[in-house]
Amino acid sequence: MVMWDQQIETMPRDDIRKLQYRLLKTLVYKLYSFSPFYHERMKQAKVHPDDINSLADVKKLPFMYKADLRDNYPDRLFTASREELVRYHVSSGTTGKPTVVGYTRYDLDNWTNSLARGLVSCGLGRGDVIQVSYGYGLFTGGLGLHYGAERIGATVLPTSVGNTERQIELMQDLHATAICCTPSYLLHMGEVAEKMGVIIKKDTDLTTGILGAEPWTDVMRSRIQEWLGIRAYDIYGTSELSGPMFVECTEQKGFHVWSDLTLVEVLDKDTGETLAPGERGELVITMLQKEALPMIRFRIGDISVLDEEPCPCGRTHPRIRRIQGRVDDMLIIRGINVFPSQVEHTLMSIPEVGQHFQIVVDRRGALDDMLVRVEISKDAFSDKINDLMQIRSKVEHKLRNALNVGVTVELVEPGSLPRFEGKSKKVIDRRNL
Amino acid sequence: MDVKNYIIRQISVFSENKPGRLASIAKAFQEEKINILAFSIAEADGFGVVRALVNQPDKAFKKLTSLGYNVAFTDVIAVKMKDEPGGLFEIAELLGEAGINMEYAYAYSGKEAAVLIIRVDHVDEAVSRILTKGGTLLEAKVFS
Repeated sequence: MVMWDQQIETMPRDDIRKLQYRLLKTLVYKLYSFSPFYHERMKQAKVHPDDINSLADVKKLPFMYKADLRDNYPDRLFTASREELVRYHVSSGTTGKPTVVGYTRYDLDNWTNSLARGLVSCGLGRGDVIQVSYGYGLFTGGLGLHYGAERIGATVLPTSVGNTERQIELMQDLHATAICCTPSYLLHMGEVAEKMGVIIKKDTDLTTGILGAEPWTDVMRSRIQEWLGIRAYDIYGTSELSGPMFVECTEQKGFHVWSDLTLVEVLDKDTGETLAPGERGELVITMLQKEALPMIRFRIGDISVLDEEPCPCGRTHPRIRRIQGRVDDMLIIRGINVFPSQVEHTLMSIPEVGQHFQIVVDRRGALDDMLVRVEISKDAFSDKINDLMQIRSKVEHKLRNALNVGVTVELVEPGSLPRFEGKSKKVIDRRNL
Repeated sequence: MDVKNYIIRQISVFSENKPGRLASIAKAFQEEKINILAFSIAEADGFGVVRALVNQPDKAFKKLTSLGYNVAFTDVIAVKMKDEPGGLFEIAELLGEAGINMEYAYAYSGKEAAVLIIRVDHVDEAVSRILTKGGTLLEAKVFS
């Protein structure tokens, strides 16, 4: 098995824990001494660095929230001087004010290495042509993957987002073997390619997709793999962690979280109790080595499972399974929690509907009303109204069973739902308007 | 008798039930200089299916597909009726006696005669039975 950093990636679990404890202890001392924000937070929580005497003591430390970054806009949480900073990224802030993240040279190096390990773990390396179709600029996706791909000696094709037809031409002409983008953008590319007469499976050298920046599902993976003839890997991260950080290994059962950089806890999202490995809960992330913008017990808001079972690939670092959804994305429909990813999961297992969907939530009188718009797939289209009505009932029925909430389904024309180049917006919630 | 001669390829288009959709389809036909010979709209809650017999079905299929429409070909047959009171009854009775179950039907009254276009489950069998019963079917080439 080829690895980027065999020594770290196969470090025995006990050694990893010792290393994590040492890094955590150092970090807490440093922040308590030099960061007014963390000093104050720890005092409020009545915890002193001397109270951290084991890795498990991490739970004595106070949480950090996205709101902390917004409230301290732009850079009041930074713990590096301007001379030490070498880059900013700015997150668009879908909810409220944008947040700014900063990096020292050491931060960029760790970020890039994290991606280098991940890209190698899914089989990429020297000789691969990696098309980076994430946005370049303030968003972390483009530049992050750019440098990660360069580090492993691959050739980067920095197409960024947009101009899809040109992206497909370049993919063919320069023999791209891998593409990094959101799963929704790849679906869009596949459709545009077919309109141009290009069948990605046959007419390109693409073998690998590194897909993320939005939640997706395993059934979507199967569809993409089959349709485009590639292996599709999940990638995970957020700007607070540095950017995209972790990529699935060839096992495709979740991404290894590099434990020398990141400590993950899984908590019950309501009680805040620590959950055992294998239990589903909210991820809480501590970045052990970040210099410019430390993160301690950051409530990232994502829901998943930490898998500590040994991985057949030989890497000892635990894996996070595919993200089920963000707490922020969760819809409450008539009191029932619904994640858009559940809707996707259900729809993708119904061959009669296409890959795109849209959820519209409205309030009818006192009741929430959830409408799911789906495009009927080419093969399923029947000239008989009855057949179409049956497909619609089938979709409604399956969604109701999966979500425990009644859903109205609307069949729409193919291509009529919005396509996205970056992160997709699949939910329209009109209740707050 | 070759049954195939009587099987007509109808073009069926999935359409949302909202203003402007029919115009968009009709415009596509106009741009490609495709003549519509017969046409109907079936509607359900929120969506519909536009069905048409056109003189260049392949061209129509290609054009609509390129515009992103979900399009399918459906085999139908066209039964000639007398354009006078009782014309439909005569044919409907014939179809009933022949044991033919219609999925759907629509009609037009043209220059030469009235025509009932029907979609049935087993088209080959239906053609033979109608002809045996003495009905008149229009050949597919009439529509090209």
